[in-house]
Amino acid sequence: MTDDLERFRREIRSWIEESCPPSMRLPMAEGDEVWGGRRAVFPHPDARVWLERMALRGFTAPTWPKEYGGAGLSTVEAAILEAELRDAGCRPALRSLGVWMLGPVILRFGTEEQKREHLARIARGEIRWCQGYSEPGAGSDLASLGTRAVLEGDHYVVNGQKTWTSHADEADWMFCLVRTDPAVPRHEGIGFLLVDLASPGVRVRPIKLISGLSPFCETFFDDVRVPARNLVGAPNQGWTVAKALLEHERSSIGSLRSSAFSAEEPLQDLARRSLGGEGGTLPDPILRDRVTQANLDELAYQLTFRRAAETAAARKSAVTMGETPKPPGPESSVLKLCGMELNKRRKELRVVLAGFPALAAEDPRAREWLRSRANSIEGGTTEIQLNIIAKRILGLPD
Amino acid sequence: MAFVLTPEQESIRDTARRFVHERTPVAHLRHLRDTGDPTGFDREVWSEMAALGFAGITLPAEHGGAGLGYAELGLVLEACGRSLVPSPLVATVLLGASAVALGGTLAHKDEVLPAIAGGERLLALAHEEGSRHARYRIRTTAARTTDGYRLSGEKVLVLDGHVADTLVVVARTSGAAGDREGITLFLVPASAPGVSRERTLLVDSRGAARVRFDGTAVRCADVLGEVDHGSDLLDAVLDRATVGLASEMLGGLAEVFDRTVDYLKVRRQFGVAIGSFQALKHRAAQMFCEVELTRSVVMDALGAVDEARAELPLRACAAKARATDAFLLITAEAVQMHGGVGVTDELDIGLFLKRARAAEMTFGGAAYHRDRFARLSGY
Repeated sequence: MTDDLERFRREIRSWIEESCPPSMRLPMAEGDEVWGGRRAVFPHPDARVWLERMALRGFTAPTWPKEYGGAGLSTVEAAILEAELRDAGCRPALRSLGVWMLGPVILRFGTEEQKREHLARIARGEIRWCQGYSEPGAGSDLASLGTRAVLEGDHYVVNGQKTWTSHADEADWMFCLVRTDPAVPRHEGIGFLLVDLASPGVRVRPIKLISGLSPFCETFFDDVRVPARNLVGAPNQGWTVAKALLEHERSSIGSLRSSAFSAEEPLQDLARRSLGGEGGTLPDPILRDRVTQANLDELAYQLTFRRAAETAAARKSAVTMGETPKPPGPESSVLKLCGMELNKRRKELRVVLAGFPALAAEDPRAREWLRSRANSIEGGTTEIQLNIIAKRILGLPD
Repeated sequence: MAFVLTPEQESIRDTARRFVHERTPVAHLRHLRDTGDPTGFDREVWSEMAALGFAGITLPAEHGGAGLGYAELGLVLEACGRSLVPSPLVATVLLGASAVALGGTLAHKDEVLPAIAGGERLLALAHEEGSRHARYRIRTTAARTTDGYRLSGEKVLVLDGHVADTLVVVARTSGAAGDREGITLFLVPASAPGVSRERTLLVDSRGAARVRFDGTAVRCADVLGEVDHGSDLLDAVLDRATVGLASEMLGGLAEVFDRTVDYLKVRRQFGVAIGSFQALKHRAAQMFCEVELTRSVVMDALGAVDEARAELPLRACAAKARATDAFLLITAEAVQMHGGVGVTDELDIGLFLKRARAAEMTFGGAAYHRDRFARLSGY
């Protein structure tokens, strides 16, 4: 590491020491996440302080230019910042679809006006965004979407329905895909539109899931008038923008969870409480083996996650130094696929290990198990992820 | 960065790959098998491998080695696994050299290690006695005499046991079969009186032997490690050997996977490449995930050896359990996806299938290592 980067690391380390409240370095419990927005909920007053301090330095969107609310860091510096925050045990100051997904495409495809209007407010956590892609008739086959946007003067008039819009009931704005031209081939004729959910004609209805939770909504558009300047890219460029957004999401390993289960009680402890047996070998050999398989699968996943991160960092620094980059590491689609399948199996095993108590209607293990069934459906089903690996990585023909 | 190769490691990997490609493609194994070679590997090839530094790669420079680590040895083993190279890397290097390096006296080391590094001395671990890996189920006895011990018992599946110059013998000096305590390791010349050996032909065409000891006399100076506490040494040796074997298995399973994906692209039925069928695509993608997960676990375990991490035994279990399941899955799928030719001897796929099964049983299969992982984790 060069002297400059080492100096940067020391500077970041002491900034974290001064700025991160001690309560923001404790492990997170369910519901401790901060998502921002006009109706932001802070589980602790320090969470607001931490977000404000992070945002003031531009650290919520570290690689964005300073003028748009970022910190203007290089990818290597951003990786150092991320590592220092992680090593110090800092809670994420802000979780944000705006930072992870929308911001990068506005930076790439947006107008200067759009950058000025949206980016800094995203970085400060003032506006919470949701994603409007799926429709009742457009799931895995997303390009068949039919929500219409018709240009009338300087406004689009939007009619149609989006579904699986995560937290649309808590979000302020939605970035969505709309049909701008039904006459051209379906991948063309799609626009990427930014919609203020406070607009007249927008109706949001939560969807109740088998888990009893409602993290998703249906969003209805009834003659909603959206200023034409809210279109990102050209009127028929929406699919390209959406693909770029997905690629960005896939390439940002940081948006994947590296330690999804660290806060959970170890499976063997749960098994011990439920199956009995003072010390020694767990009394049920089949459940014991399932616990071990799950633990070994998680270990393999976490090690692969680290390998992916290290390989990505090595590639980045090689590019920065003008060297030939190392070959790519395990692709993020592999991590996504394994991560969601692993989570599903662990949640299921927790219910199995807990036994009767997990049947209680309000038992959190049952709710988490039911919630986890969606892991391999949302954001690209397991089957779609397998298609992606087969096509893009293995080069198997269509 | 344990998961990113250094330029030096890349060069070792490339050297190993080139050597394997030029000198020991899978046809090399076929030739040994079809000519009924009594050794099971090619001594000349082994000399060349030793000259390249592969035999002594982890041994210290004062004992003729390269002073490198398992991360580097793993790259060599992986390259060998890609073409099923039969060589003394497992028996002599992973098992024999580890036993002497970890448990030997300076005199042992001076005598044995440089000869291993030079490719001149072959070792074997005489350990197993039953129908499957059972680490402490040792019935072979080492009875105390006035000036040493007498070994009596029979060992099975002694890898390279039919050609080894020196045997590392696991025997019981006290206690009962199954006890972890009471085990002692001895360094015994294969030519010692009372040692008889009979080669076992294995399904993967590698060499092993049944070795009998009929009152074989050994000296106190031949003890490796501590009397009655040999299990500590045995575990340490087997942890290393298990991690090394998992590297070889990684090479094998990655090779079969690559060959199968290539086949899916060229084999045509119903007028299209069979790789266009989703039923096969999805299974291929699943296997790709398994290859990636196995690689991470194996690389981490190699690092655990080199950094002498306390969790090495756990990581060795993780690596062997995963490599075993992945190797068996991918070779079975490879046969199925190749269809009829997959079960012909002409195609190499069957050789990988056989190696996967033999590698599974060597040092314990997936279930053995999951059980050990759970035990070591306190459940």
